Amino acid sequence: MSCNPPERTKAKAWLIWTGLIAAVAVPVGLAVTSPLLAWRGPIYIAAGLAGIAAMALFLFQPLLAAGRLPGISAFDSRRMHRRIGLVLVALVLAHVGGLWLTSPPDVIDALLFRSATPFSAWGVIAMWGLFATALVALSRRRLRWRTWRALHTGLAVLIVGATALHAIQIEGTMEPVSKAALVALIVLGLAATLLTRRR
Amino acid sequence: MTQLNLPRRTLLATGGAALVTGAAGLRVPARAQGIAPTPSMRGGANNYRPGAPIVDRIGGGGFWMTGTVRRAGDGAPLAGQRIQIWAHTTEGHERDPQSHGATLSAADGTFRLEMPQIVPAFGQPHGHLAYDSDAFQTVFLRPVMASARDKTLQAHFVLQPA
Repeated sequence: MSCNPPERTKAKAWLIWTGLIAAVAVPVGLAVTSPLLAWRGPIYIAAGLAGIAAMALFLFQPLLAAGRLPGISAFDSRRMHRRIGLVLVALVLAHVGGLWLTSPPDVIDALLFRSATPFSAWGVIAMWGLFATALVALSRRRLRWRTWRALHTGLAVLIVGATALHAIQIEGTMEPVSKAALVALIVLGLAATLLTRRR
Repeated sequence: MTQLNLPRRTLLATGGAALVTGAAGLRVPARAQGIAPTPSMRGGANNYRPGAPIVDRIGGGGFWMTGTVRRAGDGAPLAGQRIQIWAHTTEGHERDPQSHGATLSAADGTFRLEMPQIVPAFGQPHGHLAYDSDAFQTVFLRPVMASARDKTLQAHFVLQPA
């Protein structure tokens, strides 16, 4: 890449950022203008959007971890990855907490894996995967490098896979086509990062 | 004299079939013949409010919840049975009192109650129904609409004496 002329590098960076921003802005924009919002209270709306925002951030996490985003230094990239990780925990807590306030029995059913809707179980699996990732990340210095990386990668695959199954089955505020495109990009982004990383 | 000559293959096949039938629970007792009672559905009782009032219509209406109430076994229609209905609609969340109402089944066992349009909530456009009076065992249903644009939803109760 470093041997590319500067114009080409610039054009490539512009393309990557435009693509990523569009991939997030279109589904989020459609969700915040969903007709379903007219019949939901503020807590339910916020809970849903917190879940959508968390999923959208999954698009950036592997790219930041691998330092693949143009214009961001390796150091800044890692720091952003860690900060977004904390934001993800907060968003998932807001998502589950807001849904709990809206309909306690539905969330209790989901947490106990006895929900009527199969996507609920995938959401709960993704939630525990995320919490486990946060704990593993906090104890990173106490783990061997290989152990740490295997755990973090395994959990990332679990979280993204479960989130994809969770989101795609929901009939909610997200528009189905833009949601499917975002989910596909998140899965592809993680897969590409893992397949092309340094051994 | 008739000789019972059972070839080994026949014996194995018949015995095997009998084993499979038994193991698969296909030999149902005679009393279950006829109409089986409706089991409660997962999540059916969520946001249930006991004693919802009998109403002519829930809110402004525009959507119809319909169904039947029958007796387990002979399938006879049950008249005058109180069915409670609630859902997330254009006029309120499932937990809101104004989202709840009840109706009584007619002489032919059918019931219908007009209510506001059901809208997708918690991932699916769905309604809730309950039979919770004393004469029969309690049943909670949670039917899902095939399309969020549907203007009606059906649920059927087959009740078992308490």
